[in-house]
Amino acid sequence: MATIDHKAELARAGAGVSGFWGTSLHLARRYPLGAAGAFLVLLFVFTALFAGYLTAYDPTTTNSRASLARPSSDHLLGADFMGRDMWSRIVYGARISLAVGIGATVLGCFFGVAIGLMSGYYGGWIDLLTQRVIDIMQALPLLVMALLMAASLGPSLTNTIVAISIPIIPNVARVIRSNTLALREMPYVEAARAVGMSEWKIAVRHVLPNTVAPLIVLATAQLGAAILTEASLSFLGLGIPEPHPSWGRMLSESAAEYVRTAPWLVIFPGIAISLAVFGTNLLGDAVRDILDPRERS
Amino acid sequence: MHDGAESGVTPGTANGASDSGPRPNRAPALEVRDLKKHFPVKKGLLQTTVGHVYAVDGVSFTIREGETLGLVGESGCGKSTVGRAILRLVEPTSGSIKIEGDEITGLSKQELRPYRREMQIIFQDPFSSLDPRMSAGDIVGEPLKVHGIGNAAERRERVAELFARVGLRQAQMDAFPHQFSGGQRQRIGIARALALNPKLIIGDEPVSALDVSIQAQVINLLMDLQQERGLGYLFISHNLAVVEHISHHIAVMYLGRIVEYADKRTLFTAPRHPYTEALLSAVPVPDPSIKRKKVVLEGDVPSPMKPPSGCHFHTRCPIAQDRCKIESPVLRDVGGGQKVSCHFR
Repeated sequence: MATIDHKAELARAGAGVSGFWGTSLHLARRYPLGAAGAFLVLLFVFTALFAGYLTAYDPTTTNSRASLARPSSDHLLGADFMGRDMWSRIVYGARISLAVGIGATVLGCFFGVAIGLMSGYYGGWIDLLTQRVIDIMQALPLLVMALLMAASLGPSLTNTIVAISIPIIPNVARVIRSNTLALREMPYVEAARAVGMSEWKIAVRHVLPNTVAPLIVLATAQLGAAILTEASLSFLGLGIPEPHPSWGRMLSESAAEYVRTAPWLVIFPGIAISLAVFGTNLLGDAVRDILDPRERS
Repeated sequence: MHDGAESGVTPGTANGASDSGPRPNRAPALEVRDLKKHFPVKKGLLQTTVGHVYAVDGVSFTIREGETLGLVGESGCGKSTVGRAILRLVEPTSGSIKIEGDEITGLSKQELRPYRREMQIIFQDPFSSLDPRMSAGDIVGEPLKVHGIGNAAERRERVAELFARVGLRQAQMDAFPHQFSGGQRQRIGIARALALNPKLIIGDEPVSALDVSIQAQVINLLMDLQQERGLGYLFISHNLAVVEHISHHIAVMYLGRIVEYADKRTLFTAPRHPYTEALLSAVPVPDPSIKRKKVVLEGDVPSPMKPPSGCHFHTRCPIAQDRCKIESPVLRDVGGGQKVSCHFR
C-alpha cells in the first residue's frame, strides 16, 4: 500500500516557507534548472557590474608584442591580433550584451504594452489597424527585422538597442492584447464601470496590473533572444562599432582568419554568448513555470 | 408584435399591494418601460450585420424603495441583460429607464455619473468580480475614490464601517481576495455595492455560486440591509426557492419578455402562465408525501436570434393553439396585481 509522507508533501508544496531567502531556496530546490539559469544570469550581471575589478588590462588598449598571444598566466584567455587581452574584452563585453539585452527588452516591452493595451482595450478600427501592422512586422524573423533596422539606423550602441527593441514590440503587443481582451470582460472591470470609473483609468488600474505576470514571463524570454540578436548583428558588422568589445564582433573578426592559428579567439567569445543565452533561457522557463502554471508542459 | 408599453400599466404601480409599505408620493427607485436590447450579430470581414439576438424584447417593471423584485427565467432568457442594461453596462436599444423619476437613457457618461451613485450591482461569481491585485479595503473603497468622496483617512474609516456591517473584520481590509472564502468574497462585493449608499442594488445571481448554507447567510444579510436602508433590489436568479425567500414581487421571463408578474404568494400558489407552472413544478419539495402534477416541457429554448412567431412560448406550450403562432399575447392584468401574457389564462 502506498503511503503518503505528509512531511515531504508539505515541504514540496512549500509549507512553512517564509522570507526572501526561504522562498528563493524553496524555488531553487523545486526548479534546479531555473536555479542554474539564475546563477548564470547573476554571474553575468556581476561580471558586467564589476568588470573593472575583474580585469588587469584595458579592453581597448592594443599591444603589438602580445599580438595573438596564447592563453597564459599573463593573458588568461590569450590576446587578439591587436594584442588586446581576451579576458578583459569578454568581461567588458558582458556590459555591452547586458546593456543591449536589458535596454532592448525594456524599450520593446514599454511600447509593446502601450500598443497591446490600447489595441485590446479600445478595439474597433484601432485594433484592426495595429494588428495588421503587427502581422506585417511578425512576418519577418527577429534577426531579419533587427538587421533591417540596424542597417537603416547605422551602427552605434543606442541604434543597436533601438533596432533590437522594434521586433520585440509586436511579440509583446500580441500577448498583452490577448490578455487585455480577456480581462476587459471580467466582472471586476464591469464593477468599476458601474461605479463610473473612466475607461482609461480602468485600463491602467484594473487591466494593466493583471498583465504583469505574463509580461515578466515574456520579458525574460525576450532577454536571451535580444542578447543573441546583438551578437548576430555585431557578427554581421551591423551592431556595436569599434572599439567597444562585443562578443559577436569578436567572433566575426577572428572566425575566418584565425580559427586555425588562434582558436581561443573564437572559442571563448562563443562560450560567453552560449552561457549568457542559455542562462537567461533557463531562468525564463523557470519564471514561466512559477508565474504561469497553465503553460507548463 | 407584443409591446410592453401598449399594456398601458406598469406592473407594480397599478396595484401596489406589497408587504413593503410603499410611499405613494415618491417616484419609484426604478421604473423600466418597454426596455429592449438587441445585440447585432456580425459576420465576415466587413462585419456586416446578419441578424440580431433579441436578448430583451420589451420589458417593463417598477421597483419601489425597500422592495425586491425577483426576476427569474432559464439561462439565456435575457434576465442578466436586463440588469446590465439598467446600469448601462450594455447600451439599451430602446425603452425608458427612470431612477427616482429621472430618465437615464440617452444620458452621456458624464451626465450619468451622479446616477451611478444611486444604483449598484452584485455579481454572481465571487472570484472574478474582485480584482485579484487589489486589497479588499481598496476594492470596497474604490467607488468612494472614483466619486471623490472624503480624503484617504475618511475613506478608510468608511470602508471599515462597511466591513463591519457586512460581517467582515477590519483586520481583513489589507488582505487580498484570494485569502477569503467564497462567502466572504461575496460580502466584499456587497460592501463595494453599498459604499456609495445606493437606492437600488441589482443582484445578478448573487448567491448562485455559493454553498447552500452560505447562500442563506448572504440572503439574510441582503434582507437586513434592505430593512435598514430601504434598498430596492432587482434580484436576478434562476433559483425559485431563493427568489421566493427574498422577493416581494416576481417577474418570470421567457425569451426576452416577461410572461407573468405577480406578488410572491400569488405566483407560488396560483400561477397562471403555463411556463410559470412548468417552472414551479420543477422546484423540489422537501416532502415525499406531496404528490404534484408535473408539467414537463418538451424541447429546448428556441434561439433568441430567431424567436418563434406570435407567442414566444408556443413551441413548447402544452395548451398552445393556432392563434398563439400568429398573435403575440399582451401582458394583461388579471386582477390582484397579477399580470399574465397568455391568450387563454
